[in-house]
Amino acid sequence: MMPRHVDGNALAGPLSDLFAFDVTCASGRCVGCGDVTVLARAMVYEDEMGFVARCHLCDSMLLTVVRTADGAWLDLQGISGLHVAL
Amino acid sequence: MVDVPGWGGNLAGQHLDLRLTAPDGYTAVRSYSIASAGPGDRVELAVDKFPDGEVSPYLVDDIQKGDELELRGPLGGWFVWKPEQTESVQLIGGGSGVVPLIAMVRSHAASGSTAPFRLLYSVRTPQDVFFADELRALAESSPYFDLNFVYTRAVPANWPSKPGRISREILEASTYPASISPAVFVCGPTGFVESVANILVALGHEPTSVKTERFGGK
Ligand SMILES: Cc1cc2nc3c(=O)[nH]c(=O)nc-3n(C[C@H](O)[C@H](O)[C@H](O)COP(=O)(O)OP(=O)(O)OC[C@H]3O[C@@H](n4cnc5c(N)ncnc54)[C@H](O)[C@@H]3O)c2cc1C
Ligand SMILES: [Zn+2]
Repeated sequence: MMPRHVDGNALAGPLSDLFAFDVTCASGRCVGCGDVTVLARAMVYEDEMGFVARCHLCDSMLLTVVRTADGAWLDLQGISGLHVAL
Repeated sequence: MVDVPGWGGNLAGQHLDLRLTAPDGYTAVRSYSIASAGPGDRVELAVDKFPDGEVSPYLVDDIQKGDELELRGPLGGWFVWKPEQTESVQLIGGGSGVVPLIAMVRSHAASGSTAPFRLLYSVRTPQDVFFADELRALAESSPYFDLNFVYTRAVPANWPSKPGRISREILEASTYPASISPAVFVCGPTGFVESVANILVALGHEPTSVKTERFGGK
């Protein structure tokens, strides 16, 4: 499949398996450039393995979701903090 | 139209994820925006067919009344409009990207909102317009909703301009100016969204007041 580039809105479904709240509305700080933005604004690329979300400003990798046989592996390597409105 | 027992309603602008499973167990998941808004267990979708696509040809051509679908939602709390918002709203949709914007227009009308709303709808030909009669009726009856079209392949009879893509000139002429600080929602194919959002920022709109939803593709 072609790498499909959409935005963070599309992560709402896949991440609802992992989080009890809507993570696309949470603000993450990008390790690459320090920008703090809602995850919904990220650039999201999908392939057979899962998803990669990149910073909309500097293109650094924010997070990856890799599907495994019994679940999903979430790596938040590019987000140094997440602000969740409660 | 899909009846979803226990759906319980959705906000205007949300989407759902739909999963199709082939007899051999192969599955494909795609996101679809919800054209309906508000309470209730009936969900309305509008899908554009990509002839070589895995999922959309099935939804447009093959699905039968009574077929069961596996879906998850409502999803996404960011690309949404809520009736308690009072600022002016500029909606810009390309092709099927108008679907979540239709939900916002419907929610605006149903709630009796007096927030000024304007929709700029870019579409291939007059025949491709989703919800054409409903949109026109709402634009005629409501002093708070304006409707503008851009045709990219073929224009209606007596249309003042040739077919063409959304340009800076069209955005200047047919959308709210940055000076009134509207909330802007842009949705459609990824290339459409990126070019429109870039022009809007060049026209002075705050990047944070322009919300986008990319549907994929070029
Ligand atoms: C949040 C979200 C909401 C969406 N809402 C809707 C909606 O309301 N209505 C709707 O019709 N679609 C919507 N889409 C797009 C939808 O999810 C599918 O991408 C689309 O139906 C094509 O799927 P497919 O399986 O038929 O094509 P695929 O098999 O995935 O792709 C077939 C070919 O078409 C190209 N392609 C795929 N999508 C697009 C596109 N959007 N524009 C241009 N080329 C494309 C691919 O690159 C590929 O070459 C939405 C997408 C997202 C992320
Ligand atoms: Zn960054």
